[in-house]
Order: sequence, then C-alpha cells, then structure tokens
Amino acid sequence: MALDSKIPSGPLADKWTNHKNDINLVNPANKRLIDIIVVGTGLAGGSAAATLAELGYNVKAFCFQDSPRRAHSIAAQGGINAAKNYQGDGDSTYRLFYDTVKGGDYRSRESNVYRLAEVSTNIIDQCVAQGVPFARDYGGLLDNRSFGGVLVSRTFYAKGQTGQQLLLGAYSAMNRQIGRGKIKMYNRHEMLDVVKLDGKARGIITRNLVTGEIERHSAHAVVLGTGGYGNVFYLSTNAMGSNVTAAWKAHKRGAYFANPCYTQIHPTCIPVSGDHQSKLTLMSESLRNDGRIWVPAKKEDAEAIRAGKLKPTAIPEEDRDYYLERRYPAFGNLVPRDVASRAAKERCDAGFGVNKTGEAVYLDFAAAIERYGKEQAYVTHQDANDAALVKKLGQEVVKTKYGNLFQMYNKIVDQDPYNTPMMIYPAVHYTMGGLWVDYNLQTTVEGLYAIGEANFSDHGANRLGASALMQGLADGYFVLPYTIGDYLSHDIRTGPISTDTPEFEEAEQNVRKQVVALINNNGTKAVDYFHKKLGKIMWNKCGMSRNATDLQSAIDEIAALREEFYKEVRVPGTENEFNEELAKALRVADFLELGELFAKDALTRNESCGGHFREESVELDGPQKGEALRDDENFTFVSAWEYKGAPKDAVLHKEELNYENIEVKQRSYK
Amino acid sequence: MKLTLKIWRQKNAQAKGQMVTYPIDGIDGDMSFLEMMDVLNNGLINKGDDPVVFDHDCREGICGSCSMFINGEAHGPDRLVTTCQLHMRKFKDGDTITIEPFRAAGFPVIKDLMVDRSSFDRIQHAGGFISVNTSGNTQDANAIPIEKANADAAFDAATCIGCGACVASCKNSSAMLFVSAKVSQFALLPQGEIEATDRVLNMVKQMDEEGFGNCTNTGACEVECPKGISLENIARMNREYMAATMKG
Repeated sequence: MALDSKIPSGPLADKWTNHKNDINLVNPANKRLIDIIVVGTGLAGGSAAATLAELGYNVKAFCFQDSPRRAHSIAAQGGINAAKNYQGDGDSTYRLFYDTVKGGDYRSRESNVYRLAEVSTNIIDQCVAQGVPFARDYGGLLDNRSFGGVLVSRTFYAKGQTGQQLLLGAYSAMNRQIGRGKIKMYNRHEMLDVVKLDGKARGIITRNLVTGEIERHSAHAVVLGTGGYGNVFYLSTNAMGSNVTAAWKAHKRGAYFANPCYTQIHPTCIPVSGDHQSKLTLMSESLRNDGRIWVPAKKEDAEAIRAGKLKPTAIPEEDRDYYLERRYPAFGNLVPRDVASRAAKERCDAGFGVNKTGEAVYLDFAAAIERYGKEQAYVTHQDANDAALVKKLGQEVVKTKYGNLFQMYNKIVDQDPYNTPMMIYPAVHYTMGGLWVDYNLQTTVEGLYAIGEANFSDHGANRLGASALMQGLADGYFVLPYTIGDYLSHDIRTGPISTDTPEFEEAEQNVRKQVVALINNNGTKAVDYFHKKLGKIMWNKCGMSRNATDLQSAIDEIAALREEFYKEVRVPGTENEFNEELAKALRVADFLELGELFAKDALTRNESCGGHFREESVELDGPQKGEALRDDENFTFVSAWEYKGAPKDAVLHKEELNYENIEVKQRSYK
Repeated sequence: MKLTLKIWRQKNAQAKGQMVTYPIDGIDGDMSFLEMMDVLNNGLINKGDDPVVFDHDCREGICGSCSMFINGEAHGPDRLVTTCQLHMRKFKDGDTITIEPFRAAGFPVIKDLMVDRSSFDRIQHAGGFISVNTSGNTQDANAIPIEKANADAAFDAATCIGCGACVASCKNSSAMLFVSAKVSQFALLPQGEIEATDRVLNMVKQMDEEGFGNCTNTGACEVECPKGISLENIARMNREYMAATMKG
C-alpha cells in the first residue's frame, strides 16, 4: 500500500483552517449513535476521551492502571510549550514551528508541526479555564521558563509537576463526562488486540487484569493513546507498566510502525546505582536553566573523585570543564537533549565520569545560588558581600523554583544538592517513533487512530523539551476530535457494531491461546530475566551511539532471546486472577519483537539524525568536527514498516519529507 | 542487610487473609522499598510460589499507585515520600518489617497488598471538575490575573496524588483531606467559583456514600501525606460546605 499522508493543499499557515472548513461533520443527533473506543488515559487519550464525549459521541475508555489519573503523563515535570509570546521576546507560531522542526533534525512533517504550533496557545487557554494552577508572577499573570534548544521563554509550568497538573485537568474533564454517563471507564483493563471488520478497525479485545476475563468491545472507531515504548530498554524513566503492546498489536493488524529507532535519551537523570535498579528517575530539563554541567578537566581529579578521595566542591573553577559551554557557546547548557546526552557520554567514555561506575557528570547550582542570593540581598537591602547570607538567600530562591526536584534527588541519592553538585547521566525517556499516521492522525488501518507519544508525527528524530505535553494535548483536545468526525460521518447509518462475528471470535481465541501458552509454559526463568537481558542488548547496541556491526548483532541476539523466552519463561499462578507476571510476560513478548524491528530500522538508517547517532556518519572536519552528520540526499524520509510475520521480514515504506517553508540546514548550536 | 518481613497475604476479595513471615537477605541501602519487594518476589517466583501483589507504576512518587502500610504507617517511616521513594537505608540490619494494605471500608482488598480505590474516582465524578467544554475559544489565559498567593495555594492543594494514605492513617477512615484538596484547589481560583456550591455538596455526599468516616481533627492524615497536603484544606472545605448548605 502506498503511503498517503493526506496533507491538505495550500499555504502552510492556512492548511489546518482550510482543512477544518472542508471536512465532513456529524450532526449532534447522529453523534449519539456512534461509539468510539479510546485506549490509554494519559494527556492524549484522556483529553481525547473527554472532548469526544463533550461532542456527544459514546466513549469507552480503557487504562491498565487502577485509575485514569495514574497514566504516566502524570510524571512529566518541566512544562508545556506554547507560542503565546507573553514575555514579548519575539515568539510566534512560526518560531515554535521552526524550533520544533530544527530540533527534530529535519525529520518531521512540516504540516503537522505547524498545526501543533498553531493550536499550542489554545491548550493554555483551555487548561487555565479548567483550573490548572500554572505558575504565576506577582502581577497574577502566567510565568514562563526557558527550555533546551530554543532562545525564547515559552514554557508554561506548575513547579516540577506540570504533567501532573495537566493530566489532572484532563482527568477532571473526563470525570465530568463519566458522571454524565458519556464515558464508560474501564480501569485495570489491558488491550490485547484490535479487531477489524471489512478492513476497518471496529473493536478491541481486552483482558480484565483483576479477574483475568477476556472481553470483546466494539465501536465505530478505535483511538490509541497508549504512549511510548521506552521500556524496551528495561531501564528507562517510563513507568513500570508502560508498554508497546497496544501499538504492536495494531502493527500486527496492518498499522505501519514508523521510525522505531528514534529514541530520546534524556541527559539529566539520576545515574544507575546497582543491579537491583528497576527504573530510572528523571531530573527535569528545567534544571539546565540554572544548573551548569561539568566534569573535572584533569583525569586524575576524576579518578580521585571516583575513589572517594576528592569532593567536587574542592575542585577549583579553573580545573573544571564546563563542556557544554565550551563546545556550544551559543546555547551552552541549554542545547537540545540529544546533543547534551551525547556530550555527557563522550566525556564519560573519555574517562572523566564522576561516580563509582564512571557514568555520571555534575549538574551544579552553586553559581545560580550565588547569583540569586546577590540579587535577593540587593532587593532586600542586605549585605551582598556576606557570603553566608548570599548563599542562604540564594538557596531559598532555588528551593522555590526546584524544591520538589531537589527533595526527590536527596531521597534517592542521599546527598544534599544545595551543597554539593547533583550527579546526572542520560537515560531512555521518550520515543519519537510510533505508529505511522496521516495528517488526520489515522494509521494505515482505516478507523484506527494513534495520538500522543503512540504516534510518530511531530518530533522528527529528536523531541524538544516541554513539547510532549503540548503534542499529547494538541492531538487529544484540538486535532483528533475534528479529524475523526470526517471519518465517522460515513458511519451515521451503520448502527451498533456486533461483537458476535468470526473476526471477534478469531481475535479472542488468539489472545486466549497466547495467555494459556504462557501460563502452561513451565519454564525456569522469570519474565524479568528476559526483559533485563533485552534491555542490556538495546542499551549497549542501540543506545546513544550505534554502528552497523553492533546493530546486526543486536538483531541476531534479540531473535535468539525471543526463542529462549518462549522455551524458558516461567509464569506462576493462573490466568483467572490478578497475575502481574502474566501481564508482564504478554508485554515483554511484544518488546522482544519490537526490539528487533528497532535495530533493523537503526541499521537501515545509515545517517546520524537527532537521537539516532550512527558512528559511521559524523562531520570529519571544520567547525562542526565530531558532530552528527545527516544524509539529506538519501534519508529525508519517514521509515514506515509493514508487518510480515517475523520482524526481520518487515517491509520498508518511505514517506518522503518535503520542506517548503524551512531551509534544511546542518543543525548548529555552537 | 538481613530482614524479616511480615506481609499480609490474601488470595482475593472474598478470601480470608493472614500475615505470612518471609526472611530476606542481601538488601542494599540504595534500594527502594519496592525494589526490595522485587527481590522478595523474584525469590518466590524461582521457588514456584505466588509473588506478593502490590500496586506500583511510576516509581517516582507521583502516580499515587503504591499503597503499603509499613510498620503501622502509610508509606512507612520516612516523611513526604511514597513507598516507591522510601529507601532501605531507613532500616537497619536485623529489622522486622510489617507490611499491610491500606485498610478502610472504602478501600476493599483486591489481593494481598492491592486495594480498590475506585471510590476516590467516584467522588471526583461527583464534582471534581470545572464545567468547561473544549473549544479553543475560551478566553485568553491571561485575561483573569490570579493573586500569586492564591495560585500557589491552589497548586499546593492540587498536588494531591490520590494515593489514599490519608484514609489509611485516619482512625475514622476519613477521606476529608483528599476531598478537601480538590475542593480547595477550585475554591481558591476564580474559575471554580461558579460551581462552588454544587461541587462541595455533591463531593461530600458521594464521600459519605462510599463509607468514609468523618474528620475529628487528629491530623494523622497531614503527617502521613506524601505530598504534605495541609489540614487547612479541611477547614476550607468545612467553610465551603457550611456556606453551601446555607445557600442551598
């Protein structure tokens, strides 16, 4: 099937408005006759479910957590971008669009990104109307902060809990509709297949995680807002339950999977402390507004620190290497995430790492504390030369800005970041890849939509900070509710969809077979054994730096591991009860397929772009020496993979990317 | 570290539960409490036993899933943390640790340490929202300035993670801290004023129907709350409730 991105014609700035004017509508009386399934209740799924229900559709919403409020969007810390230009610093829709395309290393679709920038301002208005308590200044107006990869302050925030506040906003909008009976909510349900009737997505198969019951649910359209697949690395900042299963089952039913290798490795996470580690914790990128990143300039100092013989605060200024400020003077500590992560890895690989394992760099607030302290002393007419007073005042300012993050760091690492620099290291955080969707957010399966992190559309090869929340809410509140109407306008005479069909029967039996096979497998190894092993392969061979030899061996190792999994996995308990090991086994089975496609995609893309860094493709000379080198001539396309059985047989379809409004350049943050 | 764990095991909602003792070894101070539970469960699985079931997800203290009653305290001995952020360095070699589910009539046990907190969702369905449809045409976000002190107080109330520690800690199994946090968030913002009367009446009614007890101001909820939600919110809700009943 040829890919049709269905980008509307006309000038970039008019596309979305014209498209909304052209598409078909469903009248309010007919909306009552139409059912929509929404899987996932994070920012994308939650906002979509609420909005669709407000419009009058009958929504069935599903989440695997015990409440929609616990979806992992809740953990997003730093903020949400919007081109409001409240700071008067020259921001505009075009600039947000431009920064996002550039930040994505010219691998995203212009029309989608422009629409995202266009609706960004509506999101802030909507959320404030819902009662989301964004940070405000003393005049009572909304405050902004700055994030990586941009030169304006356009990030709205609620301390370090922006994701929580936005999700609770969407959850409250859902609650209003659940209370009215317009959303029927299914908590603790995992989607295990998509059902197609006459080629259209018309339902899903779920497993009730408490009772183990396998259920059929039908609807006129199915929306997946099921998040990303970062947990294929085992260790990531994702929640323990975050998984690829819904998206992967959709892929197996005909939805193309786009750019699986585009992964965001976030530069500021708490380093791994030992083998027991079950997940990694992010420290918000907003910390890079005030924190300076450094390692010792002398190798012997780094060695002494690792041996516990030297404290970072004892290293004089001239013996510190603020390597981001050194390498990228224009953006300094606020370079995009992919650049910051690779730079940390480069220093640590060169032997300058600062924790026991040598895989950590410092994020230091001493300078910010002094700067804020002096300012406060001046404002309050106190002695700005009194070092102790300045430190105290400065610490108070930093506490109001980042207090919860500092507390979190202190609880986990048992060190006080007000007095000693934080240690940080990159960790898997977000996946830009996902289900391929057209301009209407429809996958290659008719009637099956993907929104938020689950799709691939807006971030190209690297996502800018504070853009995930923006995209999730843009898709759910302002894009999907329009575009899905165009599709559903053909369904006003369809009537209720029966679940009593051979297709539902086949899908249900498939799920039952898989569940029973896992329970009866009688292997010798727990699910985590395989997940951890897969994670190691992914991190070592498909991580921050990739090459053809490693990627090929990753493909072979993952295929072998998958075989071993089906022979050796042991799932205790039965299928008719709450059985977390069974739920994990079902998820890991899909990660073991996705991981291989991921490596295959990374191998095929023989260029460096954004978060995908191929050692074979770097600038060899000139001012950009050592930086990632794109190959625009051969790789200005989206890789969309079609399922054909084993991941190795997946077929590549290319969506060529055309840049008509932006000049494609080497990304420079120097 | 070597520890003795005494854990509540209960096959399902109908079954009778009991405390079961498990010795455990090789626990590192840098492990989180849940990572310690992972070690226990891996051992149980390898022996062919059923692992201990508990709710958990984000493991960074924000989703509100984890819900263990550890040595008589919701989320254990540390302050301002959830169980997932409680670290084993808070315990000593040789300690005995008692682990129970959050117990309350409104939180029936599903299995082992996992309870059903959907009563919290139902309270939110009753009024935990501002009735505004998605349009993209609501007024500009800066059209109504909000005094910083009120905005900050609304934010502090809004940081509730809905874990239920307040209920588990209360001798009356009262959900007043949870409900008042949402009522306060909206009461402190101009956007919330329009529906203030119905909101507080409906949410309190649902709270009572779910079987949660009343508040007798012992303050245990505030001490155990992992997010430091203040008791002042309960006072504010009482004022809101009083005003609403007089209006109604």
